[in-house]
Amino acid sequence: MEHYVREEQGYHIVTLTGEIDLETSPQARQILLETVPQSTKLLIEMASVTYIDSSGIATLVEAFQRAKKNGGQVAFICLNPAVVRVLTLARLDKVFTIHADIESAIHAEP
Amino acid sequence: MTMPLSELEPIIEVIDLTTHYGSRKILNGISLTVHKGEVMVIMGGSGSGKSTLLRHLIGLEHPSSGNIKLLGQDIRNMTEHDMTQLYRKVGVAFQSGALFSSMTVGENIMLPLREHTKLDQKTMEIMARLKLEVVNLAGFEDLMPSELSGGMLKRAAFARAVIMDPVLLFCDEPSAGLDPVVSSSLDELILRLKDALDMTIVVVTHELESAFRIADRITVLDKGDILTIGTVDDVRASDNRRIQDLLNRHFEEEILDPDAYLARLTGESEALFSQV
Repeated sequence: MEHYVREEQGYHIVTLTGEIDLETSPQARQILLETVPQSTKLLIEMASVTYIDSSGIATLVEAFQRAKKNGGQVAFICLNPAVVRVLTLARLDKVFTIHADIESAIHAEP
Repeated sequence: MTMPLSELEPIIEVIDLTTHYGSRKILNGISLTVHKGEVMVIMGGSGSGKSTLLRHLIGLEHPSSGNIKLLGQDIRNMTEHDMTQLYRKVGVAFQSGALFSSMTVGENIMLPLREHTKLDQKTMEIMARLKLEVVNLAGFEDLMPSELSGGMLKRAAFARAVIMDPVLLFCDEPSAGLDPVVSSSLDELILRLKDALDMTIVVVTHELESAFRIADRITVLDKGDILTIGTVDDVRASDNRRIQDLLNRHFEEEILDPDAYLARLTGESEALFSQV
């Protein structure tokens, strides 16, 4: 897994790539939990995430909840169908805000 | 399962597997392949060898001869370390549930994570709650196993079996002893896991309705031999008398061979009492 963090139009954008699994989810957790306190608007871009397991999903849940508690906004970008299937199994597709691309996320109503 | 089987990745390859208990042959040189994303149901009556086959597949027993490949790896001569690594990718939902009575449901479900990973406690707790959501046991993590019904125990066992997101899941008699509604909900769960996680699932059962609901293919075992491997429609259409007996729920009833029966009673047949 690799990650990149950048700022764009008032948003922190964390891009995650590759596989988020038992080996790499601690790294993803560290990145996300470090970014959450610095950001009131966070986009987690996952277009290049090829696989995510339950530990990765748990990491997203924790980051999402922590950001909400801090009064921040979090949205997920570009989830591939395999990732969406895993989220749907846990009914998280009804919890997370998911956008097709960064442009639509930035222009979406809060 | 729209692709031809030959194009699908084999997840389990059983090759000419023979096993004995003492002098008694339990599996008689059977061969079968289970492909990625497939639900394979193994059926048969008492003494058919289906439970013995399962014990071989999950590494609890070693064959007298023949071979088993799991996820492309020959398990015959694997080191203990390699076996441990391999079986991290395999989940097993035991018939009894096999939860530890001294731990809460949540602790039971997290146990494989504690043993095999270095994940943060918070991550493990969320993972366990996610799995409890999936098996419709949300909020039950702090209960003890003794506080759960039979159906709930089975679902909790499923949650533990899939906590590591296994590539391959074995289910031993998931419907046994359950009422039809609970049994049907477990079948639904198996199908959801298969679809959402692309899991390969092997189910050992003697429950016909359940087998027909969930199976992509069915292997029918009888006295250590494979009678047939085929789709639900193949099995339904089979003109094999033993398979038809199974469909008509007469599989448990052995066809009586008077000579063999007398020999058994008088101790002149196989050395039953020397079985392992």
